Amino acid sequence: MSSEVILEAIDVIKHFPTGARGLLQRTTGTVKAVDGVSLQIYTGQTLGIVGESGCGKSTLARVLMRLLEPSAGSVKLQGEDITHIHGQHLRKVRSQMQMVFQDPIASLNPRHSVGEIISTPLKFLEGHHAGSDKARVQELMNLVGLNPEHYNRYPHEFSGGQRQRIGIARAIAVNPKIIVADEPVSALDVSIQAQILNLLEKLQADFGLSYVFIAHDLSVVRHIADQVAVMYLGKIVEIGSPEDVYGITAHPYTKALMSAVPVANPRIAANRHRIVLTGDVPSPVNPPSGCRFRTRCPKAQELCAQDEPLLLDRGHGHPVACHFPD
Amino acid sequence: MSDEVRKGEVVLEVEDLSVGFPTPDGLVQAVNGVSFSVSSGQTLGIVGESGSGKSVTASTIMGLTNQKSANVLGSIKVGGIDILRADEPTVRGLRGQEMAMVFQDPMSALNPYYTVGNQIGEAYAVHHPGCTKKERREIALGMLNKVGIPNPIQRIDEYPHQFSGGMRQRIVIAIALVNNPRLLIADEPTTALDVTVQAQILELMKSLQQEFGSAIILITHDLGVVAEAVDDVMVMYAGRSMEKASVTTLFDNPSHPYTRGLMGAVRSLDHSSRGSLHTIPGSPPSLISLPSGCSFRPRCDLAASLGDTCSLKVPSMRRVEPIGSLSACHLDDQQLVNLTKKNFAS
Repeated sequence: MSSEVILEAIDVIKHFPTGARGLLQRTTGTVKAVDGVSLQIYTGQTLGIVGESGCGKSTLARVLMRLLEPSAGSVKLQGEDITHIHGQHLRKVRSQMQMVFQDPIASLNPRHSVGEIISTPLKFLEGHHAGSDKARVQELMNLVGLNPEHYNRYPHEFSGGQRQRIGIARAIAVNPKIIVADEPVSALDVSIQAQILNLLEKLQADFGLSYVFIAHDLSVVRHIADQVAVMYLGKIVEIGSPEDVYGITAHPYTKALMSAVPVANPRIAANRHRIVLTGDVPSPVNPPSGCRFRTRCPKAQELCAQDEPLLLDRGHGHPVACHFPD
Repeated sequence: MSDEVRKGEVVLEVEDLSVGFPTPDGLVQAVNGVSFSVSSGQTLGIVGESGSGKSVTASTIMGLTNQKSANVLGSIKVGGIDILRADEPTVRGLRGQEMAMVFQDPMSALNPYYTVGNQIGEAYAVHHPGCTKKERREIALGMLNKVGIPNPIQRIDEYPHQFSGGMRQRIVIAIALVNNPRLLIADEPTTALDVTVQAQILELMKSLQQEFGSAIILITHDLGVVAEAVDDVMVMYAGRSMEKASVTTLFDNPSHPYTRGLMGAVRSLDHSSRGSLHTIPGSPPSLISLPSGCSFRPRCDLAASLGDTCSLKVPSMRRVEPIGSLSACHLDDQQLVNLTKKNFAS
């Protein structure tokens, strides 16, 4: 990857105490949502993060956005350490990172018109003139494929796909460098998903945006990402280019995840061998010793319970955290 | 309903079903003249986008659409009884006994105040009024075993919140199957679940179908799930049925422009497809003011080639030769045969 690193996470850990209610009560445990994640996001490229519910995808995204402060480790934006900044300084950094959410209904205020929604972030820009807001909002609406004349309409008057376009217009309003999209298409119908994915790709090409794209749908990530990170219980188990991760799959979890995806072809579906994982993801309060995937892994051996496998290149051309990769 | 002849008796026959809901803004025509049938041991998939009428069709079959507030036309025959004309006690006798339903969200389908054993037992007791408490518990235990809940003796007394999403869906399936119904309707049963759990649930439904021999209607928007889990497919759009075919025929030769569009929008896991995805332009029409003629016409790139035909006449279902599928489109057979997804997805 030739382009430069724009956002970097180094050994990021985010733990949430549980059971602590009130000042004097003791915490009874810790949810290890993100437990030592390092990754780089390159300018103009897309990092896709995949994994099951509860694997820490969304927490990681919120730490990268600095909506949450990490418990340990650091986050760097263009070389600048933003791990513990706050106040004015944080607000300034935020104009470079924006978020697109999963649920376009919940993330838009029903009592605000589209014009108000999209223009809100503009108010926090330096040298802001209220007079130019309307023109800018209509320009943004045009960019994301909305009719600028619908400026005064409310979110409920739009369809799901159009609402997601409003969320995207709001995110790009302050000319950010990075957009973190947390499951941006999973609430939409397939034909609409394709429209939104195409829009995101067009905006990336036009403005040189970098994306962190979180999804549980592996085919969406394959389509859009330059780099794919597979997460399991707060850790990255495999990371690399889509060709590597999907082509030379090394981690048994990635394998199982991919074989679980239904194939839209009945002839292939009937003949392929499927690895069905038993059980559910273990609790992140008490993750298994050693390799966290060992309790569901078809290849687990004694070593896996003792030693935690490190994320290393084990001869596949991309890093894998497994003692016995394929 | 496809080129193959299916064994097994017809369990459900839906004929010319229309469901409309009067609202202050006008009549919402949710389902518009849909006909199909399912036989025992067969799985029929109903696919379509949101608002295509899939779920209204399902709840009307279950007798859950209030006929006082909705205009329901046509007929729905379950085991020879027309649900739409039967009185409430008769329908109640069929519901749970002859036909059962699995919903999308297992958390809201279960009652948080009762243990899962209680809820499975209750579904059994409704249709077996004389049964004892002990019988109920034994039946519930047996069902928990069948749907693959580990350690059922301990878990029978737990509450829904103590189970994971996949386990909850297994319990909902246990409730649905406790009376061994001849028809099971599953409305997006795996949409709320992770792919790995989705694979488990689909396998479970398949194995239970083999054991119980029920007919299954699987409602989904996911063409991948359709390819994996069903025998025949009906594609719905804006309340109408657009295409009916066996699953292999549908994927080999989609013979309706809408089906073809849906398949073009699906991304593949096997090969990288960077570059623009195909999309169907626009969004589904409002069910209050459907377009004249074919409801897919405003989004169809082939409608213009037929002049005014598509806007003047609603296309009726007809068999497309030599493909053998049923399609509601004005294009002639040759044109529909040429609609293979291959020359289109590229």
